[in-house]
Amino acid sequence: MAEEWPLFEVFLRGRRGLNHVHVGSLRAADARMALTHARDLYTRRNEGVSIWVVRSADVTASSPDERDPFFEPSGDKVYRHPTFYDIPDDVPHI
Amino acid sequence: MVDGRRHGDDEEFAEGRARFEETIAADRRVEPRDWMPEAYRATLVRQIAQHAHSEIIGMQPEGEWITRAPSLRRKAILWAKVQDEAGHGLYLYGAAETLGADRAELTRALLEGRQKYSSIFNYPTLTFADVGVIGWLVDGAAICNQVPLCRTSYGPYARAMVRVCKEESFHQRQGFELLWTMVRGTEAQRAMVQDAVDRWWWPTLMMFGPPDAASPNSARSMAWRVKRHSNDELRQRFVDMTVPQAERLGVTLPDERLRWNPERGHYDFGAPDFAELARVIAGDGPCNAERVRRRAAAHEEGAWVRAAARAHAARRGE
Ligand SMILES: [Fe+2]
Ligand SMILES: [Fe+2]
Repeated sequence: MAEEWPLFEVFLRGRRGLNHVHVGSLRAADARMALTHARDLYTRRNEGVSIWVVRSADVTASSPDERDPFFEPSGDKVYRHPTFYDIPDDVPHI
Repeated sequence: MVDGRRHGDDEEFAEGRARFEETIAADRRVEPRDWMPEAYRATLVRQIAQHAHSEIIGMQPEGEWITRAPSLRRKAILWAKVQDEAGHGLYLYGAAETLGADRAELTRALLEGRQKYSSIFNYPTLTFADVGVIGWLVDGAAICNQVPLCRTSYGPYARAMVRVCKEESFHQRQGFELLWTMVRGTEAQRAMVQDAVDRWWWPTLMMFGPPDAASPNSARSMAWRVKRHSNDELRQRFVDMTVPQAERLGVTLPDERLRWNPERGHYDFGAPDFAELARVIAGDGPCNAERVRRRAAAHEEGAWVRAAARAHAARRGE
């Protein structure tokens, strides 16, 4: 048995209508305890209405390099953006 | 083949370094899995760990007054403040862990004296006025130090500091309000406030560290944008902020050289006893041994709880 409690990542929904956002990490023996610790640590002033915790070891992440070829497929597709299209100025509501 | 690989590693290294320097120069944030120089990583681990330890040890001087607070209102406030300091410590340990530091190892380093914490927490809290003065002066000085750290170059540290700074303003205000209440009380209460100010003023000024000329690592930290202002700049900023507040409270700051300098547009003030600072950092302050002993006892007394929770989790197959 590992001596130390595992690391968990904490995600908070600030209020209804918003996404959960990563706020930090903490250590806990299990997920249930991670939730109560997250409540005590990250929502002492009503910062959240919903909490997700996930073991840090279970997070699969892309490479940190922003210019990584991983993101290249979207690099040259300017036509995915509305600004790519020329439309006369006097066309309403578009 | 071996040569080829080594050449590849060098290229990757050079690319990582170039990207790191570009990020710093553009004032963007370095994030956990980015390439960074080992010295940058080590500096941050040391600084963040020392900061985390300070928050945790800092719970003690004020925590001693929770059971002796003069009213339920003051007790609830003090309890909330000390809880916040625990939270600050945990945000910061979390930030240190993103650099590959290990929480249990950081705790061991503190207990074995291999890592430091702020010198200020090695002074005793003799009266309840000390609680007010700590909130006003010590948290006030901490705010001066911490606000620029919200823009420090390492992302997780900066984000932790944003959270901390939001909470610190309550700490400083509750301290000032406590003193404001006492100075409007009896003569004995006013004397108690003045006595606390006399004892805490110089140690508070020492919180900003040695003078710039004697702070050899500062330049590198500034170049990396870990640090954004020099020790002396921050100390000056704190004095300028605090003098008008002291006047409003009607207390005297114990410095004969303290006076407004219209040419500089700042207050002139005396130099803290930096020899005392060095002594306290080296372990020879009034409460060093007691603080570490108390922290070690709490850690040891919690061992069975940590083990029981682990066993429970293991039994449930987590
Ligand atoms: Fe704090
Ligand atoms: Fe504080």
